[in-house]
Amino acid sequence: MSVRVSELEILRYDPEQDEAPHFQTYTVPCHDDWRVLDAINYVKDELDRTLTYRWSCQMAVCGSCGMAVNGEPVLACQTFVRDYPQKIRIEPLQNFPVERDLVVVMDDFIDKLESVKPYLVPKEEKEVDDGEYLQTPAQLAHFKQYTACINCLLCYSACPQYALTESFVGPAALALAHRYNLDSRDVGRRVREDVVACNSGIWECSFVGACSDVCPKSVDPAAAIQQTKIASTGDYFMKVLMPWKRK
Amino acid sequence: MEIIDTDIAIVGAGGAGLRAAIAVAEADPSLKIALISKVYPMRSHTVAAEGGAAGVIKGNDSFDSHFNDTVAGGDWLCDQDAVDFFIREAPRELTRIEHWGCPWSREPDGHVAVRPFGGMKVERTWYAADKTGFHLLHTLFQTSLKYASIERFDEYYSTDLMVINGRCHGVTAIEMRTGQMRLFKSKCVIIATGGAGRVFPFTTNGAIKTGDGMAMAFRAGAPLKDMEFVQYHPTALPGTGILITEGSRGEGGILVNKDGYRYLQDYNLGPADPWPRNKAMELGPRDRLSQAFWHEQKKGRTISTDHGNVVHLDLRHLGEAKINERLPMVRELSRSYVGVDPVYEPIPVRPVVHYTMGGIDTDIDAATSVEGLYAAGECACVSINGANRLGSNSLTELLVFGARAGRNAAEAAKHGIGATDDRQIQAAAQAAEDRVLNLFRKTDGDESISGLRREMNEAMEAGAGIYRSEDTLRASTETLQQIRERYKNILLTDKSNVFNTDLVEALELGSMIDVAVAMACSALQRKESRGSHQRLDYPDRDDSAYLKHSLARYSATDVPAIDYCDVTITNSQPGERVYGGVGE
Repeated sequence: MSVRVSELEILRYDPEQDEAPHFQTYTVPCHDDWRVLDAINYVKDELDRTLTYRWSCQMAVCGSCGMAVNGEPVLACQTFVRDYPQKIRIEPLQNFPVERDLVVVMDDFIDKLESVKPYLVPKEEKEVDDGEYLQTPAQLAHFKQYTACINCLLCYSACPQYALTESFVGPAALALAHRYNLDSRDVGRRVREDVVACNSGIWECSFVGACSDVCPKSVDPAAAIQQTKIASTGDYFMKVLMPWKRK
Repeated sequence: MEIIDTDIAIVGAGGAGLRAAIAVAEADPSLKIALISKVYPMRSHTVAAEGGAAGVIKGNDSFDSHFNDTVAGGDWLCDQDAVDFFIREAPRELTRIEHWGCPWSREPDGHVAVRPFGGMKVERTWYAADKTGFHLLHTLFQTSLKYASIERFDEYYSTDLMVINGRCHGVTAIEMRTGQMRLFKSKCVIIATGGAGRVFPFTTNGAIKTGDGMAMAFRAGAPLKDMEFVQYHPTALPGTGILITEGSRGEGGILVNKDGYRYLQDYNLGPADPWPRNKAMELGPRDRLSQAFWHEQKKGRTISTDHGNVVHLDLRHLGEAKINERLPMVRELSRSYVGVDPVYEPIPVRPVVHYTMGGIDTDIDAATSVEGLYAAGECACVSINGANRLGSNSLTELLVFGARAGRNAAEAAKHGIGATDDRQIQAAAQAAEDRVLNLFRKTDGDESISGLRREMNEAMEAGAGIYRSEDTLRASTETLQQIRERYKNILLTDKSNVFNTDLVEALELGSMIDVAVAMACSALQRKESRGSHQRLDYPDRDDSAYLKHSLARYSATDVPAIDYCDVTITNSQPGERVYGGVGE
């Protein structure tokens, strides 16, 4: 297996010691099949115990290791060193406060996720012993794509609107709301509407589509947001034209 | 030290911890719940489970069949009363999570679909494509947001249980953002911290699976049960150890050696029917399949790669449409990590450490021997998995016993726990903080955390792999004891209070070493072969001496003492495990 020496330029910031973030360069002998995460783990294990980052599953499903590699938000466990022949610059995800080094503060995202009430509001209450709700494969396919979000935050990092307006609910949370709204078992759209269809919700999105470009799971939050806009517009006209239809 | 008063502290917010929290919240909304985890809930390793969750739901299936498959699959080391409870509760729990929105794959008429799985006579594995654990975890996490009584403490690393006079009064944890120690004073503690696959070098397990909860309970006086039983999953990617689900064989994938031969027929798993036959060939149990690989490798019939030897998992005959519908993640993982598209090429796979059957000794109520302390999920050993877990029983297990732990802890908390002596609890918390501070402030020592971890990994691989023997196990046990001594000499480089992963990794290493020693010592003492524990020097099962659970008891200075307790047998007397055509 061939080994190639790569230079990793990593953003460092320890709020206890550093006035400002700064770059530190590490020279790492990388194997051909290494991911950026493998190279970072090498730094941690062999060169610098103070390097701080999150990681776990190494198979692009836990969503821990989102970071910016040469400016692009990616999962470090799914990004290969061999694709970067020059220097590799590694920074924390943009648009979030840095807690330390590559670890960002996620509080705002978690709050937004919670705010859209991402849980099933059932059409009919059913006892467990009465069996499952029926849902055809076609009904499942209708929302399946929007269930695939791993909460990795890459879409928030890429979103120009979130960069400008912190109150924007943002791609992943809106896509998740849309996921439940589309679920044939759910009737929670009205409950989610306050957050989803307000000014800091879907209408804040300027449809640049950067969220969908960087999504490692092909969730396509941009499509979710545009579909929600259409549904909300329908709601608006229903409300104006047929107010009696709405409870 | 800041004290957080709560009723129930739950350590671990993966599938079992979240299910337990919801169970407490539903049992009694007035109970305060502290859900403590070293990671955000959706990062927990439940997320990586792929194939599915077993539960009897179809007309062609029966509780008896699920019971018998599980007990025989576990080589009769399962507690049959626990298995009986488990299989009956399984469909209810799986339905409940359907009611909470889990996107289970469906049949054309809208009912939940099931797929075949290894060692299961009838297809009974519910699945959400091949991302079942992911969907289950996110459904639980999102559902948990409904309950106001669940307060989460994300990224808090738990260090010690506050056990006073045999009763658990809470847990201490480091808030990683600030480095400050907190005392969670509670009436009950539920441990749901998952397994310890990271004690081995090649594992499907994520970095977080370091056995912290097991070690914490072990040190606090709860024995670790059946730790010698470690499951190798037969199909993971070489190098990374990324899991390729058993569901891919459930859908009809075949395993072939370097000659393109379906070698499993040489290991009492045949005949090699062209169609998938339940409980045969590729749908045999994981222990048998991993052992067959070991023999194929000895015979020189595997394929050599830069990352060790492999065999081929061939899915090509399933066709692109079926692979995309049922196994999208397998395709994505194979393409990303080994550059193989399973639609056109076979996937290189090898056995990799996957699951710890053993764990914190609990009874059928998910209670440990320490009053007020419960455990559920992979960190616990209840024991429904015996000597070898059947694939797709563990996701169901974390729901069934997570819920049970939650309900029982809620019941115990409601009844109160009598007078507590706060000074004693605070003294115990202070001792826990001092232990961490000493490690943090220590300026001498020449052992490196990553170096010792590597040596521990190597010792486990060398001695406690798929096949074991007296001399290799003895050597590993001795090495591990030395590593345990040398651990006292580690030195932290990172002196920051903010998100100090050097410190957390040091504490995790301490947990892993304790768990590894328990595994090796338990394996050394069990002089028979059963399920996943295969001894070259004792190749047969010995029911007269070892139809028993091992119990490892912690010693601060010595190797753990190993004793044994009886296995609960109700309906199924130990028999021969038969797979393949002869088992029909």
